[in-house]
Amino acid sequence: MALQSLDITRRSATTTPGPSQRQMSEVAKLIDVTKCIGCKACQAACQEWNDVREEVGVNVGSYQNPHDLTANSWTLMRFAETEVNGHLEWLIRKDGCMHCADPGCLKACPSPGAIVQYSNGIVDFHEENCIGCGYCITGCPFNIPRLSEKDSKVYKCTLCSDRVAVGLEPACIKACPTQALVFGSKADMKEHAAERIAELKTRGFENAGLYDPEGVGGTHVMYVLHHADKPEIYNDLPKDPQISPLVSIWKGIAKPMATAAMLVTALAGFFHYVTIGPNETEEEEEEHEA
Amino acid sequence: MNTRHASSRLVSRYSPLDRLNHWFTAITFILLTFSGLALFHPSMFWFTQFFGGGPWTRILHPYIGVLMFVSFSGLALRFWHHNLITRNDIQWLIRIGDVVQNREDRLPEVDRYNAGQKMLFWTMMATIPTLLVTGILIWQPWFAPTFSIGTVRVAVLLHALCAFIIISGIIVHVYAAFWVRGTLGAMIRGTVTRAWAAKHHPGWYKRVVRGEDH
Repeated sequence: MALQSLDITRRSATTTPGPSQRQMSEVAKLIDVTKCIGCKACQAACQEWNDVREEVGVNVGSYQNPHDLTANSWTLMRFAETEVNGHLEWLIRKDGCMHCADPGCLKACPSPGAIVQYSNGIVDFHEENCIGCGYCITGCPFNIPRLSEKDSKVYKCTLCSDRVAVGLEPACIKACPTQALVFGSKADMKEHAAERIAELKTRGFENAGLYDPEGVGGTHVMYVLHHADKPEIYNDLPKDPQISPLVSIWKGIAKPMATAAMLVTALAGFFHYVTIGPNETEEEEEEHEA
Repeated sequence: MNTRHASSRLVSRYSPLDRLNHWFTAITFILLTFSGLALFHPSMFWFTQFFGGGPWTRILHPYIGVLMFVSFSGLALRFWHHNLITRNDIQWLIRIGDVVQNREDRLPEVDRYNAGQKMLFWTMMATIPTLLVTGILIWQPWFAPTFSIGTVRVAVLLHALCAFIIISGIIVHVYAAFWVRGTLGAMIRGTVTRAWAAKHHPGWYKRVVRGEDH
């Protein structure tokens, strides 16, 4: 929202390049799942900064509250109890937009400028251009955008693009009491993650690793996982996320091909008419009418 | 049967209700084509201006779609029995080269509809119900949220594919109505000339002459 138009590298439903003279350095949020205590300070800070409030819900026997991401809750601590590794583990993952380098939401969006990608990697929704079709929901490999029942616009984490634009860190980062959340350049975050992963390995988490999935070109929200070989145990974090081939066909090859084919069909009619010509019925009385 | 033209040079081809049903369907089809293409390729997003902007286009399209389905159902009931494929139709399609060259004399006898018209009919019979079902699956905000994202992905691609097929088909349909002179009157005033009927639909015309019209 708050970054300058000069910093927009990709814009939904736009077939020409965005302004690309200036290249900001890529940013990233690193979520160290192994340090998270599930306090939900990040959830509270998110609502506080963005000035949205979740409705008070009901307890269904889980710490997870609300039960899912909503148009007001752009980030959510997901709690998973698993025994996959031979003993009980309580895995807590802060869920929200991953800010993909190759965003499926932006690919699917039919409305020019409703979704933009800044040159620092942040993917942002511009709700004033949103038409409420829900195509972004279809395009997202992580099931993140939420359509508001109130206004039929979609909402999701902005990575606090307004704060980042003026040199501040996102609100959730600022609120995290254990430094499970850190923010900086993507290169720095990868370096920091590598140190954490090395340490986790010395503590016996042999499969500790970074979640920065290649299938979507890498993400600008990354996880340090103690079991990076099994991301799905963290409340179904996809192992190899990518834009669905159905969406790629629909908003990729089919778009120009089908448009061209329809144009060619119409043109073929025109050229048939001016070469072979109309099929007329010979009839004296018809002459003056035809 | 309309006897008004019995002795004149015109014969009746479509009743006023046939025409009403056809043109109601045609209007909804045109609205659906423009509002749908607007959301298909950004080069046509400006079509949303005809509907009052992006959100209105998204809101109106599915309701118009339901109207078209209902209206087309009427056409299907009226015309399906004229559109059964016969052996002559296969021959007609094999000689499609003669068709586009305006060489009617080399074609097998055509009844009320030729094989091209029948193909369009069955294309619509296949695509319009598919468009309705897939359209409901992706209808925001009413129905889409109740289906899985995987289902919606299949629906959205099928919807686009069927729309592409039917739009291409209708382009041919519209062109054919201009190309074959004397055809438009059939759907506008309901009549064609005897010469037109004898040339393009001799099988049908024989039955008209015998008084077995329709």
